[in-house]
Amino acid sequence: MPRRLRIGSGAGFSGDRLEPAVVLAERGALDYLVLECLAERTIALAQLRRKAKPTEGYDPLLKRRVEMLLPVLKRRGVRLISNFGAANPLAGADVILDVAQRFHLPLKVAVVTGDDVLAKIDRDQTALESGRPLSDYGPLVSANAYLGADAVIPALESGADVVITGRVADPSLFVAPIAHHFGWRADELDRLARATVVGHLLECAGQVSGGYFADPGIKDVPDIAHLGFPFADVDDEGNAELGKVEGTGGAITLATVKEQLLYEASNPGAYVTPDVTADFRDVSLREIARNRVAVEGGRANGKSPTLKVSVGYLAGYLGEGEISYAGRNALARASLAGDILRQRLSHLFDEVRIDYIGSTSSHGRALDAAENPYEIRLRAAARAATAEQASLIGEEVEALYLNGPAGGGGARKRVTEQVGIVSTLLERGAVPPSVTIKEWKHEPAPV
Amino acid sequence: MSRRLYELAHCRAGDKGDTSILSLIAYRAEDYPLLVERVTVEAVARHLRGIVAGEIRRYEMPKLGALQFVCERALNGGVTTSLALDAHGKSLSYALLEMTI
Repeated sequence: MPRRLRIGSGAGFSGDRLEPAVVLAERGALDYLVLECLAERTIALAQLRRKAKPTEGYDPLLKRRVEMLLPVLKRRGVRLISNFGAANPLAGADVILDVAQRFHLPLKVAVVTGDDVLAKIDRDQTALESGRPLSDYGPLVSANAYLGADAVIPALESGADVVITGRVADPSLFVAPIAHHFGWRADELDRLARATVVGHLLECAGQVSGGYFADPGIKDVPDIAHLGFPFADVDDEGNAELGKVEGTGGAITLATVKEQLLYEASNPGAYVTPDVTADFRDVSLREIARNRVAVEGGRANGKSPTLKVSVGYLAGYLGEGEISYAGRNALARASLAGDILRQRLSHLFDEVRIDYIGSTSSHGRALDAAENPYEIRLRAAARAATAEQASLIGEEVEALYLNGPAGGGGARKRVTEQVGIVSTLLERGAVPPSVTIKEWKHEPAPV
Repeated sequence: MSRRLYELAHCRAGDKGDTSILSLIAYRAEDYPLLVERVTVEAVARHLRGIVAGEIRRYEMPKLGALQFVCERALNGGVTTSLALDAHGKSLSYALLEMTI
């Protein structure tokens, strides 16, 4: 049997912590490091930055991540795969090569493009969420197809040290090196399904190794401040063992792995990616050592003829304001403030939302019967077409100082531009991916 | 004897558009049949009234000792249109765990 392939997961979202990836690269004995940096709306926001400045549009943390990682990756012979190219992978590659040149590290970067289908998308096409045409939603700013492992594998075949992409389905970032390493064909669907299970478990990085898990006294996680990110040792059937670097914080247990396996699986029998539709229902998990869980099984349940496309549109502005009330009768004073705001603002907006943070803001009502909280933070929110209109919310909340109930403090106000996301489908043939190689080499010394 | 789900199981919430996806994972394998019997779609719909406006589907995962609840129209129209602070409904995991059976 060929030896197992070790893939580390060094980021689970754009803003993820930087150090755990360095620990993995330095001490993880990795073959590949994958950084997943694109949530649904991240790429739409990146497209806005690119529109403002054509050399921008890659992940804002790309340069810092690469500066920290590149020397270690080169020294350890670890290849990097990341979707941190966001809306502009070609420009992101230039930044990586700048870093390589500064560090005098010869580097070959393969850039995967083709996911940006904004120019191809038909505005009359309907959104999956509503059945309404995309043109109903307002100005479109981005449309990115979810590419699969087949788009990334040619980049790996080029021998590049770094593969940078835009939108690629999160698990496919992991499936690609597995399928490439073991030489699987695109129709080996059960193997791809098992690799997809592994990719899904790794795609949120620390969420499988104790992040987003701790609940003191009932689900304790050791040394979570130094949370270690996970790696998987994958065999040629796509089965794997999950682990993390010795001495790091966190925990990999049956419980942490189960939470992540089910995370966002809207149909555990049919988890759709561009590579395969995977059935998670017969996946079996075994704890084989401390912080080591074996993942076996998972099978294919077909393969979608279409690719999902995530479409971003401008969705106006969110206006928010907050103010705190504390001590005796805090909730009653906050409620009075809420009534006042409704009278002053309701006629100006479609909907004004008032939340009582500390009581009912998360679920609309308290699901256990905690009464008389010591402090309450009132929050008001509304959406508007313009920033000026949205700012009225925060202005009225701040004005509660002199024009509202007793004892309000700590008012804050904010206006945020909103980008909405809807999905649609495209035939696979309409989205041909391509690979561009960019390279920096030492100039030969003059004779 | 009535028991709170919080004592029997753990949960993580995920989201897709306006749909909230709630896992319910038994701490002990022997409690899984009890969850299957008591934590029905109807019971969850009752417990999460006012939060989940749409259909709820339940998937059984006996190998994991887990149930998966897929709750439609649970996020005020989804992240884009929601005015909620927790627009993704990440904290709904702990709303489910407040349920008593």
